[in-house]
Amino acid sequence: MNSGGTNARIGYIAFNTFREAVRDRVLYNLIAFALLLSGAAILVGEISIDIERLVVVNLGLTAVSLFGVVIAIFIGIGLVSKEIDKRTLYTVLSRPVRRWEFVVGKFFGLTGTLVVNTLLMAIGVFLALLYVAHRFEMMDAWVLVALYFIVLQFLIVCALALFFSSFSTPLMAAVFTFALFVVGSLAEDLRGFARITQGVGGWLATAIAYLVPNFSALNVISQVAHGDAVSGRLILYDSVYALLYSAMAVSGAVLIFQRRNLK
Amino acid sequence: MAAIEILDLEKSYLVGFWRKRQKLALRPLRLTIEEGEVFGFLGPNGAGKTTTLKLLMGLVFPTAGTARILGMDMDDPRVKSQIGFLPEQPYFYDHLSARELLNYYGQLSGVPAIGRSARVEQMLARVGLSDSAGVQLRKFSKGMLQRVGLAQAILHDPKLVFLDEPMSGLDPMGRREVRDLIQQLRHEGKTVFFSTHILSDAEALCDRVGVIHQGELRGVGAVAELTSGTQGKVEIIFCAQKVPAGLTGLGAEARISGDMVNAVLPEEQQDAALEMLRRERLKLISLTPVRSSLEEYYIQKLRPAEDQKQGRKEESRKGVGV
Repeated sequence: MNSGGTNARIGYIAFNTFREAVRDRVLYNLIAFALLLSGAAILVGEISIDIERLVVVNLGLTAVSLFGVVIAIFIGIGLVSKEIDKRTLYTVLSRPVRRWEFVVGKFFGLTGTLVVNTLLMAIGVFLALLYVAHRFEMMDAWVLVALYFIVLQFLIVCALALFFSSFSTPLMAAVFTFALFVVGSLAEDLRGFARITQGVGGWLATAIAYLVPNFSALNVISQVAHGDAVSGRLILYDSVYALLYSAMAVSGAVLIFQRRNLK
Repeated sequence: MAAIEILDLEKSYLVGFWRKRQKLALRPLRLTIEEGEVFGFLGPNGAGKTTTLKLLMGLVFPTAGTARILGMDMDDPRVKSQIGFLPEQPYFYDHLSARELLNYYGQLSGVPAIGRSARVEQMLARVGLSDSAGVQLRKFSKGMLQRVGLAQAILHDPKLVFLDEPMSGLDPMGRREVRDLIQQLRHEGKTVFFSTHILSDAEALCDRVGVIHQGELRGVGAVAELTSGTQGKVEIIFCAQKVPAGLTGLGAEARISGDMVNAVLPEEQQDAALEMLRRERLKLISLTPVRSSLEEYYIQKLRPAEDQKQGRKEESRKGVGV
């Protein structure tokens, strides 16, 4: 099996995962999102003064993030475990497919689904912006950066869901992933707390603060809603951070899955 | 060349809350299957058949031992492109149609893009699913899924095919078709290793069989040899309303069926029985030696274990009594 074959197989598995998500009506969440956003845009247009843009960007991007995180967790925890339970994996792994290729392919398939989902939601956000502000401004470009950061968050959440589901039940994996998402969203506060805490508690807080994924660094929604720019350094730092963190979590999932007996 | 060489393959699981108790799923198994052979792996449910197949497929890892498949180590990635596998009660991606599923598996198996579609259609036709090729698998019956399973196992033209209970869930017509398919594979020179607990299928299809029970290989033999021997008994069928009194004295087991009596008796009593029929002026219909069947071989191979188990139970009962 050459590396070209490896890439092709990962691509086939990713496409099948994407196709499964689409056919299982995962993208139906877009309807709920569209209803929420259009309702909010109409409401904001009628009652608020000069803060329409702020409200629409805040609400729109927060909804993009939450809808995506829910999808990432609930599909992510079943990516591999569902295939083991249903035994669909048997006929895949009895082919020239390595276990790590399967895990990576599934991961890319889900992240691909989330990227498409986010792109469609992004169109909705910009349409709502156009509706309330009647035109686009330069600062709206920062909304794209915020959306990019949200996608980076999805990468980490998918990878964590995959990692936890490789050794625990789907329910526990969902709980762990969601808990880490919540704690990670407070990572900056946790780091602040660690700085002012002494002794063992301080060590522990520091360890946790730096081990949990720093989702708060990936959240620039409020910043872009106010029209503030996002530094290029932060974009670079966050990109590298998210890629490394998700790569580590996927590698962990692969290491566990490589040794697993498929009973 | 041997298609499969199983070299003391062994599997045990750690069970219990603390995972300290060891459960043996497969005792060291040594078995060789030659190229072009149709080999039946027989045993009751839970005997270790599926565990053996999963070990060979790399789905579970052996506790000890190894195997060589088509001359390569079982872990060699090249092996997988030359084998096909149908799991027991297969379940496939039900969001796909049969055509999409086979195309996907063709991609994963490295079937070249040129000609892949034609190959998929050919396989669909071969298992009789051309008319339902575009229907999502969630609408398929169990028998249809089994057919899809067979199609995916031979899609990439493997040299060696592993089938785990291939007749399971099929109606008589479906079973017949699977039998025909296995025969075709034999004519194409493929090696087929299939597990079953349906002995008539094994008797009809296999060159050799192995009997496994409680994780232990109890015996291996050529079907032709196992079924060619006589048991030292003959079966006599003659016209009569009742069983003649003298027949039971010859050690016969007789039963009446309509106007005929069917009696099985030791071979050495054959002449005496015929003499008795002449004396009583009864019409002889047939006299045939009773041939050994695969079923008898199978039961004989399983029996020691049952006897041992019974013995152990009795011993433990006695122990409790003391």
